[in-house]
This record gives sequence, structure tokens and C-alpha cells, in this order.
Amino acid sequence: MIEIKDLHKSYKMGSNSLHVLKGINFSVDKGELVAIMGSSGSGKSTLLNILGMLDVADTGDYTLDGVPIKDMNETKAAQYRNKFLGFVFQSFNLINYKSAMENVALPLYYQRMPRKERQEKALKYLDQVGLKEWATHLPSELSGGQKQRVAIARAMAAEPKVLLADEPTGALDSTTSYEVMDLIQKINDEGNTILVVTHEEDIAHMCKRIVHLKDGVIVEDKKVKQVRASAYV
Amino acid sequence: MRQLFDSNTWQEIFQSISKNKVRTFLTMIGVFVGIYIYVGLSGASKGLDNGFERQFETVAMNTMFAWAQSTSMPYDGFKTGRQLQLKVGDIDVLQNRIPEIEYITPRNAKGVFGDTPGVVVRGTKSGNYAVYGDFPVFTRIATKKIYDGGRFINDEDIEQTRKVCVIGERTQKELFDKEEDPIGGYIRIDNIYFQVIGVHKFTPGGGFESDSDIFIPFTTYRKLYNTGDNIGWLTMAAYDDADVIQVEKDVKSVLKSIHRVHPDDERAFGSFNLGEIFNRIMGFSNGLTFLSLIVGIATILAGIIGIGNILLISVKERTKELGVRRALGATPSEVRNQIIIESLFLTLLAGIIGIIIGALTLKGIDMATQGTDFPYANPTVPIPLVLGALGLMIILGTLIGLIPAQRAVSIRPIDALREE
Ligand SMILES: Nc1ncnc2c1ncn2[C@@H]1O[C@H](COP(=O)(O)OP(=O)(O)O)[C@@H](O)[C@H]1O
Ligand SMILES: [Mg+2]
Repeated sequence: MIEIKDLHKSYKMGSNSLHVLKGINFSVDKGELVAIMGSSGSGKSTLLNILGMLDVADTGDYTLDGVPIKDMNETKAAQYRNKFLGFVFQSFNLINYKSAMENVALPLYYQRMPRKERQEKALKYLDQVGLKEWATHLPSELSGGQKQRVAIARAMAAEPKVLLADEPTGALDSTTSYEVMDLIQKINDEGNTILVVTHEEDIAHMCKRIVHLKDGVIVEDKKVKQVRASAYV
Repeated sequence: MRQLFDSNTWQEIFQSISKNKVRTFLTMIGVFVGIYIYVGLSGASKGLDNGFERQFETVAMNTMFAWAQSTSMPYDGFKTGRQLQLKVGDIDVLQNRIPEIEYITPRNAKGVFGDTPGVVVRGTKSGNYAVYGDFPVFTRIATKKIYDGGRFINDEDIEQTRKVCVIGERTQKELFDKEEDPIGGYIRIDNIYFQVIGVHKFTPGGGFESDSDIFIPFTTYRKLYNTGDNIGWLTMAAYDDADVIQVEKDVKSVLKSIHRVHPDDERAFGSFNLGEIFNRIMGFSNGLTFLSLIVGIATILAGIIGIGNILLISVKERTKELGVRRALGATPSEVRNQIIIESLFLTLLAGIIGIIIGALTLKGIDMATQGTDFPYANPTVPIPLVLGALGLMIILGTLIGLIPAQRAVSIRPIDALREE
């Protein structure tokens, strides 16, 4: 599903250059649930953003579902993001003046799906994250865990090939974190490919594979026995 | 373009502007005020325009007057300072020599320029009124509205030197009782009995006449006051296509040659040209129209620049939102178009509200000034100007929207998302 070869990325700041990713090689198969771990500043988000086509690498190859991602203009990238990728952010990034349902329906709007269909589908996904009753509520009326579940529903509504989550539990307490991980595990159970960036050991162990990032390279890449989050909730 | 006609786009835009009411309000206020001022001012100047035109409608615009003064240059054996006198015979000469004159008629008057007015008596009532000696053709030059049942002086009155008169509204009020019909009644003008044949309605703006003037046949006047061939002044109307200024000059030079006055003597004859006065007043209201156009366009421009500014601020505020939208698959052109359409929509909405409220205000002023002397009527804003203003707003609203739109897409989605 995902294949990257010798990926490099550096940030230029004035005359200085910060080499963040120094040759990353790895691949992810369909249906995997991968945790990307590392200390703060190790380049986890940078890697995830490149995978999410929100940012571009300096050198290296990236293939997504057999399609080489290279020299893409912003329009094409936007269409790929819309069709192939779902995002979940640490700070939820819901649009504050839109209801839960409207937020979930937004990626479908950019697929030019008619309004009725869009709303039906949004409701279906809100139902899957257990928030159907909250469909008409604004984000400000939801708890952190609920917001993140809305964000997950939004990411899944467009039926992406890969779900990318950057510290999805970073802003949540542990109980809520486990609820969110439980949801992510269930989505993975249905065969969806998911990458989760985290620096928390317990969250990482709820995935099936842990990739450890340090000083811009992968220092460890191991399969783990998945801890079910449902055991904690 | 596809986006412009897509109901989804409009739902997004309605939501974006209705859920951000303060921003929407601030955005619209500038353009609203601009178009409101524009509509108000140009409507008001149109109203003044119509008002002036109405005041002048009783008098032909190509009307002029000429009278004799005294010479200021010696000529042909005459000394300077010779008092001149217009004569009845001058009329034929003028008419023959200046074909542009359509109507010409002499007028004599008593009590108009500071001399003693006629003493008018009816029974126990009496008053002093200006008396004019007129020909019927006078009504071709300045319309005289005569009240029902009456008439103006006619040719037979002139031929038979009839002792008939047309009186003014005020004269009627002062000499006759309320229920009394003045037509057919008799009044004494300077001790001679005259029969009243009509009452004229006074309309302002027609020169130095008033609502108490009495008109009698020219020939009767001549006999009554013993004026012989003398005439007070000439009233003339040129053909519509004639150059009134030129005709006025020609009249004076013909008069100079008849009365043997130096051709360069500017003070020998006086004249007065309504067309010129009218043009000057119309020039004033045209200037006002032009001014309101300039002021209006300037305020609309300022308003639209205001929209651009506020959209720019709002784009900065919404950077994160726009980043999220792009992460979810909004293409740069979709983001750009959304902002441009928002700008356009807000501009037009504000403009249309401004036009409607401006029109209502004009209507209000019109109703308030109805029936007053204030020169103001039908303050309409010409449709082409309104359409022009709307067109200008569409173009400028789009152009000004381009700036924030371009800014919105110039930020990379990853940077937009990082913004707090
Ligand atoms: N846009 C940027 N410009 C400059 N430096 C950046 C930028 N984004 C990230 N960095 C730097 O790159 C390094 C890796 O950042 P990041 O990928 O966010 O780390 P992580 O997500 O693992 O905490 C950090 O030192 C960070 O300061
Ligand atoms: Mg990070």
C-alpha cells in the first residue's frame, strides 16, 4: 500500500538547514495498523505529512497504492488526498461553525457528492463512531473524545485507502484515549490501513507494528502483539 | 464557472457568511453606504433637475426680452446719453431681418419697474396693480393658464380696442367675493370701466410677473395711457433650432441700426435671455449629477476596498480552516473561487440593499416635498446608472476578492494547518 525508499527531508531556516529525515525506507501493506514512535522532534510528523501529501520530500521515492507520488501539482495532490487519504490531527481541526454532521460531510462535498447523499453518508459514519445523536451539535458542544471521534468519522467518510493519525490521543486523558484507540482498532479490523504517530508506549502497543524513529532514521521496526483497547474501557 | 452554478458552493457560502455574522456585516457596510450615497445623491440631483424643469415649463426656453436704455457712445451726429425709445415699427423690421424669430410681441406695462401702478376700483374695494398691454400672441411665448370659463385677450379685442381685462388670482380675491364669478364683472382701471374676461393662474419662475397682474389689450392700453407708438419692451421667442444667443445679438444690432446707435454701443439696448439662464441652472444640476457620480463611485470603491480588506483579514483568521479544507481535498481553485464568490456575493448583496433603501429614501423625500415650492420632483435614479453601478460592483468585487483568494492559496496546506 505504501512504499518509501531513501526519503530525505530538511528544513531550511535562513542559512541553516535542519536535516530531519535522513533516508527512510519502509513499506506498509494493506490492512496494517502501524505506530510511528519517537521522541519529540524526531521527525514523526514530518514523515506523516509527506505520506499524507501535505508536504513533499527533498529526495526519495514514494509510492501510494502503486501510484508514484512525485512532482504533483497542488490540484492533483488535493484530489489524491481527497480520494486516498484520511487525516486525524492531535487538535481535531474540526470547523467550528459547522455541525458534527457537516464536518463529516465536508470531504464528500469536495467529491461533489449531492447534499442529500452526503448527509446520509455522514450520518452513517457518525453512527459508527457512536455520535449519531450529536449530529447537529457544534464542535464547541462536544467533549475532546467526541471531537476526535467526529474527526475520525470525517476521515473515514471519504473511504480512504490509508488513515493517517498524528498523535490522535495527544490531547486526551487516558480513558478517552483508549476509547479512541478502540475505535481505531475496530476500523482496522474492517481491513483499513492505518498509521498512528504517537510517543506513548501504551498507545503504540495497541497497534500491530511499531516503527521507531530516532535522529532521522528508523532504528527499530517490529511486529507486536496487539493490546486490545476494549480491555480498558 | 462550474462552481458558480453549483448549489453545493452556495450552501458552503451561505453557511460561511451566515455563521460569521459580524464579519459579514462589517464586510457589507462599506459597499452599502457607498451605493446608498450614490443612489441618494444622483436621485436627489435628478429630482432637482426635474424640479427646475417644472419651474420653467410655462416659459419657452428660447425666450428673450429686449428693451431700450440710453446711448453710451456718440454716433451719427448724436451726443452720448441719448434716451432711446422702442417703437411699434421696430417689430416688422426685426421680423423681416431676423428669420430665426418665431414670435415677437411688444409689451407695455405700468407699475412693474417702480412707476405708479394702475388704480383699480370695484365698488368699495380697491387696489393698486400692475397693468400690462398685451397681444394674444404673448401666450405663444409664455403660457398663461386661464381658469375655467375665462379666456385671454384675442384678436378682436385688439382690433376693436375693447375694454376687457384678464386679472390675477390675487386681484380676484381682493376685489371679488368668494362665491362671486368674476367673469363678466366690471372693474375700473384708472377710472375706465373694464369687463373681466378671465383669471390667470400664476406660475412661478416666469420672470417678473405676479399673481396680481392685470392684462389688457395692447391697443386699449395705448389709448388709455396715451403711449402712441412707444413700447415698453419686446418679448420674443426664437425657433427651437435657433441659436438663441446669436438671435439675441442680432436683435440688438438691428435695433442699433434702426435707432442710429453706434454698433459697438453695448449699453444702448438691454436684453435678457431665458435660455441662457436656464442653461446655467441646468448646468448647476448637471454638475450636481456629475458630482454625485464621482462621490458615489468613490464611496463604492472605498466600500469594495473595505470588503477586500476584511476578506483579507478573514482569510488570515481562517487560515487553519482553509488548511483543513485543503487536507480534506479542496483544490486551490476551489478555495480561490469560494473566496471570490463570497466577495462577489457580499458586494452585490450590500449593493442591492443599498439601492433598495436608497430608492425608499428618495421616495420619502419626494413625498415630503410634494406640494411645496421646493424645486424637486420625481427623484428617480436612471436605470442605466444603477445597472452600471451593479456592473462596476461585480467587476470590482471579483477583482478585490482575487487578493485574499490568492493569499489563501499561496499558503501551503501544511503551513496552514500548523497555524494556531
Ligand atoms: N516547517 C518547519 N520549519 C522548520 N523546522 C521544522 C518545521 N517543521 C518541523 N521542523 C523541525 O523538524 C524537526 C522534526 O519535527 P516534527 O516532524 O514535527 O517532529 P515530531 O512530530 O516527531 O515531534 C523538529 O526539530 C522541528 O522543530
Ligand atoms: Mg509531531
